Amino acid sequence: MELNEIIRPENKVYAKPRLMNSNHMHYCPGCSHGVVHKLVAEVLEEMGQEETAIGITPVGCAVFAYNYIDIDWIEAAHGRAPAIASAVKRLQPDKLVFTYQGDGDLAAIGTAETIHAANRGENIAIIFINNAIYGMTGGQMAPTTLLGQKTATTPYGRRVDLNGYPLSIAPILAGLDGTCYVTRQSVHTPAAVRKAKAAIRKAFENSLAGRGCSLVEVVSTCNSGWKLSPAEANRWMIENMFPKYPLGDLKNV
Amino acid sequence: MAKIQGAVTVNEERCKGCDLCVVACPCDVLALQPKEVNNRGYHFAYMARPERCTGCTSCAMVCPDACIEVYRVKVE
Amino acid sequence: MSEEVKLLKGNEAIALAAIRYGCDGYFGYPITPQSEVLETLMEQQPWDTTGMVVLQAESEVAAINMVYAGAACGKVVFTSSSSPGVSLMQEGISYIAAAELPALIVNVQRGGPGLGTIQPSQADYFQATKGGGHGDYHLIVLAPSSVQEMVDFVGLAWDLAFKYRTPAMILADGVIGQMMEKVTLPPQRRRRTMEELIKQCPWAVTGKKGRDKNICTSLELESDKMEIINNRLQSTYRDIARHEKRYEAYNVEGADYLIVAFGSIARICRKSIDIARERGLRIGLIRPITLWPFPSEAVAQAARGTKGVLTVEINAGQMIEDVRQAINDRAMPIEHYGRLGGMVPDPEEVLDALNRLLINPTK
Repeated sequence: MELNEIIRPENKVYAKPRLMNSNHMHYCPGCSHGVVHKLVAEVLEEMGQEETAIGITPVGCAVFAYNYIDIDWIEAAHGRAPAIASAVKRLQPDKLVFTYQGDGDLAAIGTAETIHAANRGENIAIIFINNAIYGMTGGQMAPTTLLGQKTATTPYGRRVDLNGYPLSIAPILAGLDGTCYVTRQSVHTPAAVRKAKAAIRKAFENSLAGRGCSLVEVVSTCNSGWKLSPAEANRWMIENMFPKYPLGDLKNV
Repeated sequence: MAKIQGAVTVNEERCKGCDLCVVACPCDVLALQPKEVNNRGYHFAYMARPERCTGCTSCAMVCPDACIEVYRVKVE
Repeated sequence: MSEEVKLLKGNEAIALAAIRYGCDGYFGYPITPQSEVLETLMEQQPWDTTGMVVLQAESEVAAINMVYAGAACGKVVFTSSSSPGVSLMQEGISYIAAAELPALIVNVQRGGPGLGTIQPSQADYFQATKGGGHGDYHLIVLAPSSVQEMVDFVGLAWDLAFKYRTPAMILADGVIGQMMEKVTLPPQRRRRTMEELIKQCPWAVTGKKGRDKNICTSLELESDKMEIINNRLQSTYRDIARHEKRYEAYNVEGADYLIVAFGSIARICRKSIDIARERGLRIGLIRPITLWPFPSEAVAQAARGTKGVLTVEINAGQMIEDVRQAINDRAMPIEHYGRLGGMVPDPEEVLDALNRLLINPTK
């Protein structure tokens, strides 16, 4: 069969979700953010919630998520997204409210807001991109940076005596009574993408149903910050990130 | 026996040539343009061996820029 | 609820007024001397009556960002704090101003700097009127000098904030927050329905039903666009300065000296003026009600023909800079008297200062 016979609207089985617009994304080639953005758009579309969804963008690479996904957004000050989401959900309880944050935003400057929003059982979903580095500012150490990992501010590798230990957020949130769902996912293979999408959907459903706070951590790559090709970054993530941040559900009640 | 035949289109201007689709493809269909680049200077992905495509969507799923559309037909 | 007369603390009055003005949400963190605002709201449980949300946040930083969120949703929201807490909120206030959102921040000032004291102060005048946070912005700053004004300014602040899409601040102090007076509470104003809110605030983040998406952000990386946003803000500030200056004049006709004082200390200065009148000395008072925009023309006009101007502030001399600029006359003696560290001057002390600094200055 000729290609032009296959490439017809009736045969289409996969396309960019409608909620993701055609704006060129500013992310580096191969960045995990793009995949997760796509999943957010797909899930909202499939749930039919584009008119009720309110997203909170962080400070960091994902600050411009609002330029790519066509729903209502609030851009937060650095680290404050969970506080903002808390207020939005309390003032508009019928909305699907989620934050989209990186590791610096969520696990360093915004640790207090993250823990307290989760502990209050705010009916929000938190999507947490953990790529163990500050992307937007040029690859500095994040709280989640691994021991020995080289960054712009740990040029000889992260050292315990200088920088302390990598911070694992998901188990902390899983231990709080206010969370209903805490999971770690990744988006480096088609199978992982499918699972991550199901996790985001569950978190969004929890927000709508008022079941409590959900955390979907996506262990991700920052190939620019890691100074690897996208494919090499995926391999590095499997070898180094997954042992410290193992995938799977930590809590699902 | 019915055979599945697939094809993909790549939004060449949106593609950043990250190579993740090429790696994800189980049938070795895709490659990056060796010479040609888009307006942003990226060697975009294309179907180098279209006859092998099964339309499994692996490439599209891992594509960070949502530039791949997948088509699939059953050939009797 | 209809109009009601009550004996209330300033802080309690703020809380009850907010409910009656149809507030949608309060977000705050305890700090002396204003904790009664949150306490009163929690005691009132307005979520059961008007549907108002009340949340004790984990910090002032979280609280102001919750206010930013509520304002982005087009809701009538506020927070209250005292000086150190308001310092923590400055980043968030800058974001609210930059995103052109209406909100109310109540600062029941205490003495600083640092952790300072829990006693009253007016030392946050600069912070409130000159921006406070980063960037070129202003707040509408209202300075109540009675518990009744604590009530009235809650409604006024929201009306102005929504009219100009800009944050407003009630700059009170520990005296007004803690003292009790008879006040008239307004009748209950109904909270807006979602339909009314969307009509009033088409920019609000409410889910993109039947329209394109709304984005609330203060970020713009392209300088030419950021300049346009800044110019729009400045144009709003010019409008506010043209239309919203408020002040109270007392005894200014034919006065020999003029006192300029705001908030709690203005009450004390009125007493000083009454005492002086009995002694045959004519002193006028201009009490700026809006500290920003500052009622410069009123101050300049009242100063004309007097022999000198005294600003009395519970700080080391902050508003005096605006008074000097307003009068703009090097020949006019303009002095400041204030107490620090939580000390509040009494009426005789003010008269002594006037005598020492202006009437019989020691050379």
